[in-house]
Amino acid sequence: MKWRTLETKKGIRCRVLEAGSGAPVVFLHSAGGLLADNPFLDDLARRYHVFAPEWPGYGDSTGEDLLEDMLDFTLHGWDVVDALGLSRPHLVGHSMGGMIAAEMACLAPRDLGKLVLVGAAGLWLDDHPIPDIFALLPFELAELLFVDAQKGQALLTGGADLSDLEALKDFYVASQRRLAMAGKILFPVPNRRLSKRLYRLTAPTLILWGAADRLIVPAYAARWKALIPSARVELIEGAGHMLPYEQPEAFASAVGAFLG
Amino acid sequence: MKFTWFNLMPWPYLPDDFRDDPRRGHHVYHTYLDQLEYAESLGFDGIGCNEHHQNGYGLMPSPNLIAATLSRRTSRAALCVIGNSIAGYNPPIRVAEEFAMLDVISGGRLVAGFPVGTSMDTNFCYGQIPALTRDKYREAHDMIMQAWAGEEPFAFDGKYNQLRWVNCWPKPIQKPHPPIYIPGGGSIETWDFCLDHDYNYSYLSFFGYLRGKSLLDGYWERVAKRGKDESPYRAAFAQIICVADTDAEAEALYAEHCLYFFNRCLHIFPPFADPPGYRTMATVKYGALSQLTQSRQKILENLTWKQLVDERFVIAGSPETVRQQLEECIKGLRIGHLFCLMHNGNMPDWKTRHSSKLFAEKVMPRLRDLWPEWKHDERWWIHPMDERIRPEERRPGAEKPREGWPS
Repeated sequence: MKWRTLETKKGIRCRVLEAGSGAPVVFLHSAGGLLADNPFLDDLARRYHVFAPEWPGYGDSTGEDLLEDMLDFTLHGWDVVDALGLSRPHLVGHSMGGMIAAEMACLAPRDLGKLVLVGAAGLWLDDHPIPDIFALLPFELAELLFVDAQKGQALLTGGADLSDLEALKDFYVASQRRLAMAGKILFPVPNRRLSKRLYRLTAPTLILWGAADRLIVPAYAARWKALIPSARVELIEGAGHMLPYEQPEAFASAVGAFLG
Repeated sequence: MKFTWFNLMPWPYLPDDFRDDPRRGHHVYHTYLDQLEYAESLGFDGIGCNEHHQNGYGLMPSPNLIAATLSRRTSRAALCVIGNSIAGYNPPIRVAEEFAMLDVISGGRLVAGFPVGTSMDTNFCYGQIPALTRDKYREAHDMIMQAWAGEEPFAFDGKYNQLRWVNCWPKPIQKPHPPIYIPGGGSIETWDFCLDHDYNYSYLSFFGYLRGKSLLDGYWERVAKRGKDESPYRAAFAQIICVADTDAEAEALYAEHCLYFFNRCLHIFPPFADPPGYRTMATVKYGALSQLTQSRQKILENLTWKQLVDERFVIAGSPETVRQQLEECIKGLRIGHLFCLMHNGNMPDWKTRHSSKLFAEKVMPRLRDLWPEWKHDERWWIHPMDERIRPEERRPGAEKPREGWPS
């Protein structure tokens, strides 16, 4: 996989991870951003031309002050697709990225191929309140995101030695920067009324969920299905919210089977 | 020096249970209000209150209600509302209106505070998006100041608030506006905001002047760099103070109540302090290491009286001890306004009054003139009407209309 940097028409510098060839697939990352290793993208790149843009505030991408609300986020998604010169790409969105992908698909339903929502944020069920990721103790995050919290913790920190104070500082600052951005569409309740726009969606849709997701529990998969009746739902065992990282092969094969 | 008697209004019954009890609250509020009124009678320059939500250490979700009751039972002291967390108000014109009402009712005695608010208050309790809070705060500030200054109705086309008609009525008595205090908790951008507008910068800390020094030093450096005069009245500081006849008696009388405050009232879930986006990246980088070492959290666990006093979280002792340490505090921080936290934790009424009285009689007079060269600097203090009504002297019902009332 290789990095490239592009500039959108709005003037946002966006770093994109790119690999493979074939039909274009745009992967939109979660609130945590891309991790150091993203093996599921390598798997997808065997069949597709994969693009994984980093959102403003994440990694080397800049321009976070230019995006303030859900519409800004949604249009930025399409600005990146345009800057990449893609025509009708498939959109695969994970968690916050799923929320953005679904919004993009409602705003411009004829501009995408298929839509894959992976543990997608964007809906709210009073009976299943989503834990507040903005008020967690450091060790709580991995427990919410992964079936295997210990392994997950290592994935999140990307092998950085956090006993080194400078490394810890860098990790802390980067994480504050990412979540500050995510908060613009996820705080205090991750619901920007997407549900009232979903009627516009026409793309064939797959709803993919970790069967053991503790952050956005599988009841939300059923809610997505109720709002998008034509969608297909698949639960993957042995995976929590970070499904693409915990079960990369199962993830890539489910996505591949759906995209064709 | 100006001395403001300040009460956070903590819930004093935390040990038994963490639940609210409105019937007990009835007595709690009246006790605290009586104390604030008593402070005026002791000669404090101001009486102070502030805004907190959904917690046990500050029972004032609406400080304006508290100030409103005080405006009817006092007639001399400044009413220091430090203040309204304006990023949380929709629309913020409400604050312009209520503060103006308070200034008018009190005859021009309002000190108006505009905090960003703690993250607990503004983000977690009032749902404002952390990364947009400061932007929304600035817009709210602009709306309020324009509403007070505007001679004609105008339209406000903001990013967060759009009002076709802004026509604040009443407007404050104090012109061009009441003194404005900006409580800061360590965000470096706040210094420039205060200096841009010549507002007072208030550092409301519970951790004493030794720890407050580096922050105030940073502020004064900024003042010098910006070429502003160095009037100490540009800055205020909050300090917990306990006075007794002797140092030993201070410990016997007040230790348990201060420890209750630190070890129980300030028992706060750490992630509520600092959600991503609440501080700017510049401030996060400025302070990242200190936030990470957790020493600050550790130091708050199981504090002892000796620690509280040695580290000056609390200035306690005989009038002479307190005077000495406060002089060090006032000169060290270069402050012209001291917010005196005289009631602490679950301190009983009589002890609060005892300490306040000793302070007013034996400490305050000896600290009055620490800034002789700035004696006449009243830029950051109230300018009340001369001919004010003394509402606390009026008997309900019987009085005939006063002068100035249309007949």
